[in-house]
Amino acid sequence: MADAGMLRFHVPEPEVRPGGAPDFSNVTLAPAGSVPRPDIDVDPRTIRDMAFSIIRVLNRDGEAVGPWAGLLSSEELLEGLRHMMTLRTFDARMQMAQRQGKTSFYMQHLGEEAVSCAFRKALEPGDMNFPTYRQAGLLIADGYPMVTMMNQIYSNEADPLKGRQLPIMYSSKEHGFFSISGNLATQYIQAVGWAMASAISNDSKIAAAWIGDGSTAESDFHSALVFASTYKAPVVLNVVNNQWAISTFQGIARGGSGTFAARGLGFGIPSLRVDGNDYLAVHAVAKWAAERARSNLGPTLVEYVTYRAGAHSSSDDPSAYRPKTESDAWPLGDPVMRLKNHLIQLGVWSDERHAQAEAEILDTVIAAQKEAESHGTLHAGGKPSTREMFEGVFAEMPAHLRRQRQQAGV
Amino acid sequence: MPRRTMIEAIRDAMDVSMRRDDNVVVFGEDVGFFGGVFRCTQGLQAKYGKSRCFDAPINESGIVGSAIGMAAYGLKPCVEIQFADYMYPAYDQLTQEAARLRYRSNGDFTCPIVVRMPTGGGIFGGQTHSQSPEALFTHVSGLKTVVPSNPHDAKGLLIAAIEDPDPVIFLEPKRLYNGPFDGHHGRPVTPWSKHELGEVADGHYTVPLGKAAIRRAGSAVTVLAYGTMVYVAQAAAEETGIDAEIIDLRTLLPLDLDTIVASVKKTGRCVIVHEATLTSGFGAELSALVQENCFYHLQAPVARVAGWDTPYPHAQEWDYFPGPARVGRALVETMEA
Ligand SMILES: Cc1ncc(C[n+]2csc(CCOP(=O)(O)OP(=O)(O)O)c2C)c(N)n1
Repeated sequence: MADAGMLRFHVPEPEVRPGGAPDFSNVTLAPAGSVPRPDIDVDPRTIRDMAFSIIRVLNRDGEAVGPWAGLLSSEELLEGLRHMMTLRTFDARMQMAQRQGKTSFYMQHLGEEAVSCAFRKALEPGDMNFPTYRQAGLLIADGYPMVTMMNQIYSNEADPLKGRQLPIMYSSKEHGFFSISGNLATQYIQAVGWAMASAISNDSKIAAAWIGDGSTAESDFHSALVFASTYKAPVVLNVVNNQWAISTFQGIARGGSGTFAARGLGFGIPSLRVDGNDYLAVHAVAKWAAERARSNLGPTLVEYVTYRAGAHSSSDDPSAYRPKTESDAWPLGDPVMRLKNHLIQLGVWSDERHAQAEAEILDTVIAAQKEAESHGTLHAGGKPSTREMFEGVFAEMPAHLRRQRQQAGV
Repeated sequence: MPRRTMIEAIRDAMDVSMRRDDNVVVFGEDVGFFGGVFRCTQGLQAKYGKSRCFDAPINESGIVGSAIGMAAYGLKPCVEIQFADYMYPAYDQLTQEAARLRYRSNGDFTCPIVVRMPTGGGIFGGQTHSQSPEALFTHVSGLKTVVPSNPHDAKGLLIAAIEDPDPVIFLEPKRLYNGPFDGHHGRPVTPWSKHELGEVADGHYTVPLGKAAIRRAGSAVTVLAYGTMVYVAQAAAEETGIDAEIIDLRTLLPLDLDTIVASVKKTGRCVIVHEATLTSGFGAELSALVQENCFYHLQAPVARVAGWDTPYPHAQEWDYFPGPARVGRALVETMEA
């Protein structure tokens, strides 16, 4: 035993900092197709190693291989590609709108589009997501109108949330998208509660909880695991490991060993890791977990291994804490490119059609943006009335709020 | 009319609500099989089954957080936090999530939950079984805060709270669970079974949220109190012989300002009594409201009697507790001012 004398305090550090060469040698990748696909009623104790491997379907040549492949038709894959491209374009336009002062804030998904877009397609109508701010793909893939999303981002007169919420904190019960909170992790246990309620009501709907790698350190994450495992709640517990929590690398929340998926093992929850940049793998794993939940087999924890290629938010500058070239070095590639290559490999897509689709999508997004801006942006044009500020605190307005509204002259 | 303790009245309220509405679910630590450490939920699991009344892990944030999700689904959870002192781990869920869900989603999702918690001292519970955190809730937009003072009200207010479309914090003064209490710890307490306010009607009835009750009519001074302090104030009025009008607020938010203002305008004097620490307590809000609304009718400064600004001590409990002597002194000083 070395150094048995003085204790030394340990603070984990990422492999590299700005100026260094990106290094992902610690990311061990199982070859695509190599991780088995157990039955959904598998004894969780027998698949503990799945919390350490990574389920992948698309190989280097763009082929879909292994037991998790073959669930989606070409049409469905083409639709998935379109969703991811739409989200990416939407992000780019809204990021720009933020820079132009049309809104206060924006958060993009660059590099993570597959996670929410593919997951949404594994759910049924009526299921409920409890998302964080980086799952707008759930809405896009469910056909929620982009104009409405933009109205929310602009806090304009057509904002369904009446200007009460920070941009991108959407809410749509109809589209299975729970109102986003600015307080990290709170939604995780709420999702479990929703799932418990569905079970209590002998319903068939399931819930999906969403959290980032950094936020798994919050106690509500652990509360959720306790409740989910105790009551075998029909919930899919998603952890999006995009490597960074603002400037803090994922090792600060995780420590030096184990994986985020492994957090589920102590609770007896089947826990899987999946290549988050592989649309097919995400969809297949989501489907597996959703089926487990719906078959009354309880929760599944899924860690999506991905990389946040963009800034954390419009207020962030990642070059201050990580090498600029790190995202290019990310070994799991770009989800859009990977699905595109797969579709080309299948013979149902081409570079030309891709370029054409890009142009069409851009047109659609610009058209939506024009329409949204006709209702106003944060500092210009129509905005929700001040009267709205006082409404909806309670179902019925109590006297003290009525007095305050009168004082405000609205 | 049958007489019940406050515990029995609270249990009855949940029973009636669960019978009327399948969506009402009850859970919390020790709440299921055992019926809660104060036995408020005793028998509910046997009657309604384990999916309507069940034990929760010792995880207050989880209890409230999961209740929020259930409410968003369409259930009406009525959860128990074992002591108000243990709601702090759940405070984030209560104040930032439950309180705001309706507002932030523009009514897309709502949060009709009730969070019951035993509050207050007078049971030798020490620092962590005696707190009165009501001001931490009344300060938050979107929460309703209720404090009953007797079995009849407790049942009617709790049913109203369960039926309310918004989140309600229901603070149960545990010193009153088994009988009223006049603040003289050496004196025997009349059990609710011998007290007229122990009369609790069977079946469904509600006491509306946001309505105060005048417990003692008087013309010399208005006393604003709630929970255990209603009885302390009554003792003080009787012992000093001052013709005090005692208002039991019952709901702190929304507050029945009209009843308060009408009384203070009539008496011209106001003494506020609560058990929580003085500084930034709910009495500060009451005092400000009385000043704002009754200034030209006041013949004396508004007085406040409250717990001292210390943590709740164990051995010195009765020195901390605002008893009839302190309230009586404030009444006399207010009358002489
Ligand atoms: C309770 C709470 N603490 C801190 C913050 C500030 N904050 C916003 S995002 C963020 C990082 C979250 O990282 P992660 O969970 O990994 O998600 P990601 O942004 O990478 O998708 C922090 C610290 C917050 N919103 N809520």
